Amino acid sequence: MQLLSIVFSKYYLTYYPLPEWWKNLYVVDECGFEGLAVKYCLKRCRRGLRGLLLLEDGLLVEGCGFGSPGIRVGEIVFTTGMVGYPETLTDPSFCGQILVATHPLIGNYGVPSRSILEHGLPSHYESDRIWVEAFIVSFETSPSHWASSKSLHEWLAEEGVPGISNVDTRMLVKHIRDKGVMMAVAAVYPEENFLELEYLRKLLEESEHYNEAYLVSRVSPRKIVIHEPGGNARRTVVVVDCGVKYGILRELLKRGFRVVRIPYNEDPIKYLHEFNACGVVFSNGPGNPELLSDTIRSARAVIEYGVPSLGICLGHQILAIASGAETYKLKYGHRGQNKPCMCVERSKCFVTSQNHGFAVDENSLDETGFKLWMINVDDRTIEGLKHSSKPIITVQFHPEGSPGPLDSSWIFDMFTGMVEKYGDAL
Amino acid sequence: MEMPCRVLIVGSGAIKIAEAAEFDYSGSQALKALREEGIETILVNPNVATIQTSHELADKVYLAPLKPEFVEKIIEEERPDSIMLGFGGQTSLSLGVALHRRDVLEKYSVRVLGTPIEGVEKALNRDLFRKTMMESGIPVPPSMVASSVEEAIEAADRIGYPIIVRVSFNLGGRGSIIAWSRRDLERDLLRAFAHSEISLLLVEKYLHHWKEIEFEVVRDMWGNSVAVACLENVEPMGVHTGESIVVAPCQTLTNREYQVLRSASISVADAIDIIGECNVQLALDGSSEKFYVIETNPRMSRSSALASKATGYPLAYIAAKLALGYRLDELLNKVTGLTCACFEPSLDYVVVKMPRWDLDKFHGVEREINSEMKSIGEVMAIGRNLHEAFQKAVRMLDIDEPGLVAGQYYEKHDVLEDVLEKLRRLEPYWPLHAAKAIKLGASVDEIHRLTGVDKFFINIIKDVVSLAEELRNTTPTDPDLPKIISEAKEKGFSDEQLASLLKLPAEKIRELRVKHRIKPYVKQIDTLAAEWPAKTNYLYVTYSAQEHDVPGKIDPRPGLLVVGAGVFRIGVSVEFDWCVVNFANAARKRGYEVIVLNYNPETVSTDWDANEKLYFDEITIERVLDIFSHEKPEGVVAFVGGQLANNLAKKLEDSGIRLLGTCGRSIDVAEDRAKFSELLEKLGIKQPPWTIAESIREALRFSEDVGYPVIVRPSYVLSGTAMKVAYTPRELTHYLTIATKVSSDHPVVVSKFMDDALEAEIDAVSDSRRVVGVTIEHVERAGVHSGDSTMVTPPRKLNTSTIRMMHEAALRIALELGVKGPFNIQFIVKNGEAYVIELNLRASRSMPFSSKSRGVNLMELAAQAVLDNRLRLGVDCDYFEIPPSVWAVKTPQFSWPQLKGSYPHLGPEMRSTGEVACINEIYEIALINSWLSATPNRIPMKSKSILVYTGKREDREMMSDTAYYLDAGGYDVITLAGAQVNGVEEVSGSEIIEMMRMGLVDLVITSGFTPELDYNIRRTAVDLNIPIVLSPELARELSKAIISLEDHSEILEIRELSEYWSKKIPICSLATIGNRANLSD
Repeated sequence: MQLLSIVFSKYYLTYYPLPEWWKNLYVVDECGFEGLAVKYCLKRCRRGLRGLLLLEDGLLVEGCGFGSPGIRVGEIVFTTGMVGYPETLTDPSFCGQILVATHPLIGNYGVPSRSILEHGLPSHYESDRIWVEAFIVSFETSPSHWASSKSLHEWLAEEGVPGISNVDTRMLVKHIRDKGVMMAVAAVYPEENFLELEYLRKLLEESEHYNEAYLVSRVSPRKIVIHEPGGNARRTVVVVDCGVKYGILRELLKRGFRVVRIPYNEDPIKYLHEFNACGVVFSNGPGNPELLSDTIRSARAVIEYGVPSLGICLGHQILAIASGAETYKLKYGHRGQNKPCMCVERSKCFVTSQNHGFAVDENSLDETGFKLWMINVDDRTIEGLKHSSKPIITVQFHPEGSPGPLDSSWIFDMFTGMVEKYGDAL
Repeated sequence: MEMPCRVLIVGSGAIKIAEAAEFDYSGSQALKALREEGIETILVNPNVATIQTSHELADKVYLAPLKPEFVEKIIEEERPDSIMLGFGGQTSLSLGVALHRRDVLEKYSVRVLGTPIEGVEKALNRDLFRKTMMESGIPVPPSMVASSVEEAIEAADRIGYPIIVRVSFNLGGRGSIIAWSRRDLERDLLRAFAHSEISLLLVEKYLHHWKEIEFEVVRDMWGNSVAVACLENVEPMGVHTGESIVVAPCQTLTNREYQVLRSASISVADAIDIIGECNVQLALDGSSEKFYVIETNPRMSRSSALASKATGYPLAYIAAKLALGYRLDELLNKVTGLTCACFEPSLDYVVVKMPRWDLDKFHGVEREINSEMKSIGEVMAIGRNLHEAFQKAVRMLDIDEPGLVAGQYYEKHDVLEDVLEKLRRLEPYWPLHAAKAIKLGASVDEIHRLTGVDKFFINIIKDVVSLAEELRNTTPTDPDLPKIISEAKEKGFSDEQLASLLKLPAEKIRELRVKHRIKPYVKQIDTLAAEWPAKTNYLYVTYSAQEHDVPGKIDPRPGLLVVGAGVFRIGVSVEFDWCVVNFANAARKRGYEVIVLNYNPETVSTDWDANEKLYFDEITIERVLDIFSHEKPEGVVAFVGGQLANNLAKKLEDSGIRLLGTCGRSIDVAEDRAKFSELLEKLGIKQPPWTIAESIREALRFSEDVGYPVIVRPSYVLSGTAMKVAYTPRELTHYLTIATKVSSDHPVVVSKFMDDALEAEIDAVSDSRRVVGVTIEHVERAGVHSGDSTMVTPPRKLNTSTIRMMHEAALRIALELGVKGPFNIQFIVKNGEAYVIELNLRASRSMPFSSKSRGVNLMELAAQAVLDNRLRLGVDCDYFEIPPSVWAVKTPQFSWPQLKGSYPHLGPEMRSTGEVACINEIYEIALINSWLSATPNRIPMKSKSILVYTGKREDREMMSDTAYYLDAGGYDVITLAGAQVNGVEEVSGSEIIEMMRMGLVDLVITSGFTPELDYNIRRTAVDLNIPIVLSPELARELSKAIISLEDHSEILEIRELSEYWSKKIPICSLATIGNRANLSD
């Protein structure tokens, strides 16, 4: 699933016999096909690039290309968030995924300068690079904003990420909603060239499936990273970094914590002692939680020791699995900033930011020591767990927002309280 | 919380600038929400044209003035246990506060549902608001409170200019002032004070060119809240949001900006304890993350109606449920039927709201867009991109422009400097000026500097201009043409625009599109960006798509496409929406699949849960054909949406579409002056002499022949636009040289103006065999536009034979033209003879009034005629008058104070913005209550003076009568020296203005058009909210009615609407003189 070298076939394949899989392929805009070679037909592409998206089930969508030419394979998912594309694109949880934005106009405020900082971290970024494999939008717009340093197109081009625009993203979303998420290949290439469809199909077939991919190893740091808050650190927390968003770090730093980010496969207990830390955060991250046996093992230890802990997104799943719960894959995940969650303890609702494809199975909670804490009001899936005897809380959503509402940032206050109360007992 | 049993809901009264049909929509939603719970509802609203004043929505309806004493009486009578104040705009909130202060609510144990009164006061009182915000740590702009002119000036000096002065309890921004210097401030202060109920001013830092952002927040009793929509005002701060182009969702905010503003909005709702819905306005610096909260409306507002339509989230419905004590997560999102209401809609389209002005109709009015609302209506365009939405919006405005570019204005020769000047002053429809300026070479930066509009939006306009100019330079043989057309269609170009740029006929463009399979797609609005399947059919049409969301015809029922009324403007308002909704209801009852096409976000007809399908899109031939070919309905109904829909009739018929109701050819006869006149001659029906003049000489010759006065109008304009009465050859020449050009290409219609005549009309329905109708008489003499007239039914002054003559004419015309459906005929009556002056083969403005005056529904009758082919009332080959049981009087509502600088007067052109009506068994009470229902009318106090004068000699006698009656009734009457009436004290103009400012004048009665004489008097009166009567006939009737009442308590005896229809109360009149009440048979 890494960036492949771009292959452009220079010949026309007009008279090839149709292969078997072609029958399953349905084409949205019929014009423009010359046998297997796809040629853009009616639209003018202002960047001189064409875009092509082929889904596992044969859906083929044409568009215009922007950003960088290239061919990328990934799981195709959509987000319904209307703001915050820089945050979204740099969220490591999107590693291995091709992202579709439902909001039709993207790029309006350009790309905020990286030099705008908050607690030493760039304010509008969630990591130091773009993680999505490819970005699919309806319209890529001309930017205007005081904080902007470049256009979305320029940014994607710099980072080698292909973007496809002029696509009916609503159609794609409905397709994914009905069929479930699936693998897809996105190709962006100069419009004077032709692209061999068969090649794309093979690539798709041969690529590792998202559910099997060990993605966390790609986004987690190789060695520990320490972030100091402004002023005197009140305490230290260890963040098990499975691809942590800067937003989580900013929330911790804002509350006066010194943050020790450790690689996903290192033992947090060791660092607790080493840094005299008194809390652990299991971060968000990409991919299937069940593959992360090392991290699950260390989570089990953390639970056993009763270290004040907070699990966010993937971290929530890891803590749940570590205590015996099971996870399953959602048909098309929850990705957006408008998701209602209810705290079942006090019947209070929050609008949350979410980005997850897997969820914890409610039926597997017995004997885990965790009890249901938060649910998604729309489909009743688990959104948060609370340990019945230990200072451990987990949330499936993103209390740091970034992008998204800050209504549940009190989760960090609660964690801070837990650390203050139980941290010294360690 | 205990569920209430009987709830009183207060409406917003007459439509005026800043309080329009959006409150009919929100009130209707609230009534629906209550009815679902089995709660009995009592509605008070004198706005007879609304959909909510119907027993289909409310259990009890009171057409009564929205004044505390009237509402108290109704509370005493009905004993509701609760009251809802959040659904009738500022009028309803202020009334609620007044009832609370008078202890009425306490006395009758009426509980306020929704946001408590304390919260309302915190939101409305600026000082209290500011204090509340600061206590909650929410930033507000630096400001100071002043209670006198001196204090205000001192405060401004300390804050530093520019400053903005705001007035407590204001409405539509009225009375707010932007001052760049001390001199500006002093000049405008007095006027501002006049509108403040508590005489408190807020002097604030003026946030020049800051972004203006609004959030709509919904909150329940338990403090759960969501920000349903973020609306971005395209114009910067300083432009009233009602005057602004508004885009949803917000487009130029980063996540950080969005979230900080959203959180602040929710904190505002928490701080004032909102239960239901509120709108929060914020200002954001264009070059930092600095922001301030500006204000909040603790109720449904224009913006919340817009947000409901823009997102599909039914704010008013949800707000009503929350007021009953529901929790947000307990309520269902009705669009999906699966998910809950505690979420924030995600939009996968963009929405552009544009205001519509009618400033040309007002003499002397200011033209700049500023902090005071002057627009009359608004449109909402939906697209997959902003180019498309902007272009659609311009077409929807119905101002004869086909989009941002390629229209008359765009192509007309102009100098760049002039266009830039218009942008500098921010004149209405500035995007058209921006497009033109770009075409003439202006840069995006330059326009940004002049207007303060974010470059993001100006770039959109620039894109459209570049594409237009590229199209202009493309030859029809260019191989890239299909690609360019495809791109242009995605960017919202209409076939008409393409035709004019490519210099090809429009049909050819359609042909090209079909050939290259460039076609529009139907998309759904579902609140969730397709994440969940939607149950509702809330649709729009776009070219930026690759598939239809919903299939075309699948419903087995026959389909009916009902074309709505489009944008509201002077002359087209909620009454046509009433017609659309009621006809659609009648059709649905008959088993039709009703598909409504409309684009006005303020209306009930654009409520997505009312009909099987709602197309929220432009009303143009092109779009109607698109929808028609997708939906394949049985036919199109174009007769309920007023003139806009009616104008499409013939073109639709020519395109081979089946029109229901009267055929397009007959409509053409009614609209074509010459053909219509021929028809009348053939039928032996009288009409005033008229001619079509192609030169001034012809016009003068005709006028000489028939005698002055004459009435002139450009023939291509209908419904009183640009009409003028000329009394002398000089006036005629002046009008034909200055106001309108006359030539063989632009002939004018000149007709004899019947002076001193009565005006009357019939609202009727025919099935082409019989006619059923309601006869209405105008209080004002002929020459006042029917929309500005006080209407009375049954007629009082017409004699039986005249009425019979009118009925006969209606019948003959209907049978001759094969009229099927609603129609309206206007007559002038002189010496007992009725002359036909106009025929509209469609629903008319007065139909809700005539329906409610008699307890029938003319739209139901129209459905009988059109869909059942048979009227169930009346007899074949005869006219049947629906029997009256009471007097009904309709009064126009003017918006003079909002239209700064305009000269209040009446004439053949319509200027009122709304209407109210009251019904009573006693004529005088119906008249007084109806008049009182329009603001700012009130019964004058005897301790104050009434000013009666006229600059029009012909009116002097009648005005003297008025003065005499009032004087006899114990009022202190004064008159203006030089335009005096007989027998009362004469006062000079400057003294009168001084008296008005001191609050000593409580009513102004005048007539005619004499700005050189009394511009300042009339302007001062309306600026100071002093009631003004502008016609001698109404003045005389009113004064007689006022003095005929012993004390004024009897006017408070108002019954529920249906009681007037059922009880068959003997109808009578208090006055003995001049009463020749003749009930027609």
